[in-house]
Parts: sequence; structure tokens; C-alpha cells
Amino acid sequence: MSTPNSAAVRSLYRSILRTGHSFANYNFRSHAHRLASHRFHEHAGEKDPAKIKEFYEDGVQNLKLLKRQTIISQMYQSDKLVLEGGNAGQDASGGRLRQRSPQGWD
Amino acid sequence: MASLSVRSIGRQLRSCRLAASPAQRISRVGGARFVSQSRKLSATPEDDLPGHGFNSEQILSKVKEEAKRVGKSEVEVDAMLSPGAGVLKQATIMDSGSRPIYMDMQATTPLDPRVLDAMMPYYSGLYGNPHSRTHAYGWETEKATEQARDSIAKLIGADSKEIIFTSGATESNNMSVKGVARFYGKTKKHIITTRIEHKCVLDSCRHLQEEGFEVTYLPVQSNGLIDLAELEKAIRPGQTSLVSIMTVNNEIGVIQPMEEIGKLCRKNKVFFHTDAAQAVGKIPVDVNKWNVDLMSISGHKIYGPKGIGACYVRRRPKVRLEPIITGGGQERGLRSGTLAPALVVGMGAAAEIAARDFEFDSAHIKRLSKKLTDGLLSMEHTLLNGDANARYAGCVNISFAYVEGESLLMALKDIALSSGSACTSASLEPSYVLRALGSSDESAHSSIRFGIGRFTSEAEIDYVLKAVQERVSFLRELSPLWEMVQEGIDINSIEWSQH
Repeated sequence: MSTPNSAAVRSLYRSILRTGHSFANYNFRSHAHRLASHRFHEHAGEKDPAKIKEFYEDGVQNLKLLKRQTIISQMYQSDKLVLEGGNAGQDASGGRLRQRSPQGWD
Repeated sequence: MASLSVRSIGRQLRSCRLAASPAQRISRVGGARFVSQSRKLSATPEDDLPGHGFNSEQILSKVKEEAKRVGKSEVEVDAMLSPGAGVLKQATIMDSGSRPIYMDMQATTPLDPRVLDAMMPYYSGLYGNPHSRTHAYGWETEKATEQARDSIAKLIGADSKEIIFTSGATESNNMSVKGVARFYGKTKKHIITTRIEHKCVLDSCRHLQEEGFEVTYLPVQSNGLIDLAELEKAIRPGQTSLVSIMTVNNEIGVIQPMEEIGKLCRKNKVFFHTDAAQAVGKIPVDVNKWNVDLMSISGHKIYGPKGIGACYVRRRPKVRLEPIITGGGQERGLRSGTLAPALVVGMGAAAEIAARDFEFDSAHIKRLSKKLTDGLLSMEHTLLNGDANARYAGCVNISFAYVEGESLLMALKDIALSSGSACTSASLEPSYVLRALGSSDESAHSSIRFGIGRFTSEAEIDYVLKAVQERVSFLRELSPLWEMVQEGIDINSIEWSQH
């Protein structure tokens, strides 16, 4: 595979963020968001094509891992934390919609 | 012709019903698109055709009425007739959050999803015995366990041959303390430890005392650190076989001066064991820099699985110990028994992640810890237990004067906290660690430990700060002692009359 362009990297970043948000567990969800944004911003100025390719492939592996683990997290859900929103599904900190439909992809 | 027109009327009727069908409306709620929308009519047989006197909707409502009459709830009926609908209704019922925030990271940490991902293959398909040398099932699990051993060795700066897998840090501590003492027991009958060690080290020492060993329990200073001069005085050349001092304390989080202790032990030719269950993966650990001879590591304190731990046993200069568990001679003969590949691989993955994310995690934990500590200490009559500088940021132990710790824990039901070690949390006795620091009974009773970890979020810290501030002031308002303090009466000057 040739060096991924910036559009491909951005698309991977978005996919990772989106998948990470579907963790049913609050702590895993917030950690996935934090770590992904840290990783992508840390290497945002990377110019070396070999390094970019390496990070990209690492990201792809992580996306696959997230897909598997978010499914497990959704299969074995426990009750929500006290600081999580109720029916509205809002995060305590931001207004982001947190709860996703359990049956469909959107 | 006639039959054709009847069919077309039927189709019209069907499309009318479809437009108004509730299934169609639900699928549009919230903009969610389902993978395959099951049309109501294509799923039901042609019973609903007019003229047959048979309507599934009517039957359904009759069933529901009947169920209500006999006392079954509607949700259950839905679940029986259509599992999907029933589950959805249940989901909205359990939608209010009631789970406490987890702030007890010293007791145990959550299993990282990345660790679980590494473990899953060994719970589903790769089940070979890693000690089987005759077939591929054994080879593949052996390879995985050796890789895990490498990752753990790398994290503490050791060689992979020096890592022995055990069932946890408690077993590692028992193995090290009892093993070394018993092996050298014919000539050397003295060991040294501190008063703030974990219960499993103290209890092992107690057992050794019964076997005729002499044990020195070093006192600690009021900041929780040991006095090196005192340690040097306690070492008896030619008699002392082992010094066991924990790296990071589990209750107050202080970090002992490991390098200096290691130097002192090496100079006096005494083996140095450290319980680093709370330190590995959280602070930089280097067995060679510290001159550590034996080190206990726990899997579930580094976001790994429970039921696995490791013991570092130095090879050069060689540390000899008497094994507690004997048998097949696995793990260099020091700990027999088949390894659990899934757990070993999980612990290896946890160590690898801890090494890779070290900077990121510690920066996050330090930031949250500073916020929590500053916020709690800004309240009046609060005190941070343990040294302010030589400490692991993720463990914050604070005394709230004039509040009873147990009642504060009860008032903070929405936060999972502990007043000390999980092992002693069932008893109401004050923490022996805080007593060793010279805290009064009252102060030890009013102390609470906050554990911050990789998965703690800033919103959780904000919630905890607000909750603690509110409820401490509420409990103090109830207290007559607090009233007296506010009036400027010195509590210690009061002579309580006996009743």
C-alpha cells in the first residue's frame, strides 16, 4: 500500500472516534476518545512517509480492535454511572448524544 | 377481470395500512436507519385480509388484556411475543444511571478492553497446555506466554528468564519472604520489614516468627518514608537474610527511596525484596538501577486480569529460594503448576500497554490528581496523608477532621471509595498504616483514599469534588464537635465526663 493521504488519515480518525463512542461503558468511551485524539494530534505534523504508513496501519489495527471490543461492551452492559445522563442520553460534560440505538447503525 | 380488481384493492388496502403502521414510524425516530426494515405485512401471513374475520392485531391485544388480567406486566408479554420490542422497552426502563463512580484504583483496576482483546483467542480456540512440547497446540501457547514474559521483563528492566508467573502479588510476596528466609534459615535467622507493608508480607513475617525467625518491623516517619539510618542500624551483618520494603504504599501512595535502600542492602550483602504491585506501570521501575533482588507484581493493578501475578527473581547474583508450591517443576522449579495462557497473555498485554502509554497516562493522572487534591485541601481542616512530594499521584489519601470516615463513606454511596486497604475494609478498625504514621485514632478514622487511574475522566473528578464538599459540610453541620470548633473551643482541652 502506498502512503495514505491526509483524507485517508482523517477518515480513519473519524472512524476511530465514532467507533470509540459506541462503548457502552462510560470510562472506556471517554478513554477511547481521549487516547485517539491524543495519538492523532501527537503525530499531526509527521512528514516521513514510512512513519505515516506505520501509524496508519497501527490505526487500522486499533479500529478493528475497537469494533470487536465495542460489540462486547454492548453485549454485556451494566447499569449507567450516576453522572451519566438519563433518558436524554446526554453526557454530563457536553451535549453530545451518547446513547446509540442498539439495533441499527447510523 | 373481477379477480384482478379484487387483488388491486387488496394491494391498495395493504399500502394504506403500511403508511400508518407504527413499525414504520418507529424506524424513523431519531434518524436511525435500520439495516433491514421488516415490513409488517410481508412478515405476517395473509390472515389480515378482510372477510376472513381473523386479525392478528386484535388477537394480540386480546392476549395482552388476558395477560394483564392474570397479572403479567405488558413488558413481559411484549418480550414473549416479540423479543426485540420487549428488550427495547426494558432498555428504557433501566435507563437511569445508578452505578457509583469507581474511585478505588488501589484495590483493583478495570480490565482494559485492549487486554481483553489479546486474551480472547486463548479463551476460545487456543487452549493448548504451554508445557506440552509434542504438538502445535502447546507450541503456540508457549510462544504467547514467552512473549508476555518478555513484555513484563521489559517494563521493569529485567531479563525475561527472571520472571516467574504466580497467582498474584500475594503469592509472590509469600514466595519471596518465606522462600528466601527458609532457604538461608540455617545460618541467617533475621529479616527486616516495615510497619506499613501490605498484610500478606506482615503475615508471612508472623509465620516466620513462629518458625523461630527474628523480624524487625521498621517504624516510618510521619510522612510515611522510612529512615535510612534506622534501616542501616537494623541490618545485622551475617545474620540478616532479607529486607522487604514496598515501593509504593497501597494506602497513602508514598514512594520509598528505593535506590538508596538497594545500595544499602547490596553493600551489606542482604537480599532486597520489594512489593511493587502498586508501582509497576505507574512509576518508572528499574530493577537494576534499584538493585532489587526480588519484586512482586500484580496483574490486576495494571489493568490486567485478576488471578495472575509475577515475581522477579534475580539471576546474577543468584537469589535462591525454597519453593512453596512444588510439582512438575515449571517456572524454573520455583512455582510448579500449569500456566494459564489467557491470564499470562493478558498480563503481558497490560504491561505492554502500560509501557507504551506511560507518558500519556501519567500526565492524565497527575493532572486529575492535582485538581482533586487542590480541591479537597481547599476545604478547612483537611490533611493530606503521606509525603507531599515522594508520592504516586494516583493515590490521594485525605483526612477530613470532625467527620467520621465510615459515615462519610455511607454518605458518598454514589462513589466507590475506601478508607484503606480492601483486605481490612470489612473491619471498623482504623488503618494500621495511618497509625504507623503517628496519626491519632480520630484522624485515621476520618481518612478516605481516592484512587485515580487511566479510565478516570475529568467529569468524574468534578462530580466527586462537588459531592465530597457538599456532604462533608453537611455531616459537619450535624456534629456538635464541629460547632465547638467553630466557636473556638480546643477539643483536646475538654475533659469528658464518664457516663
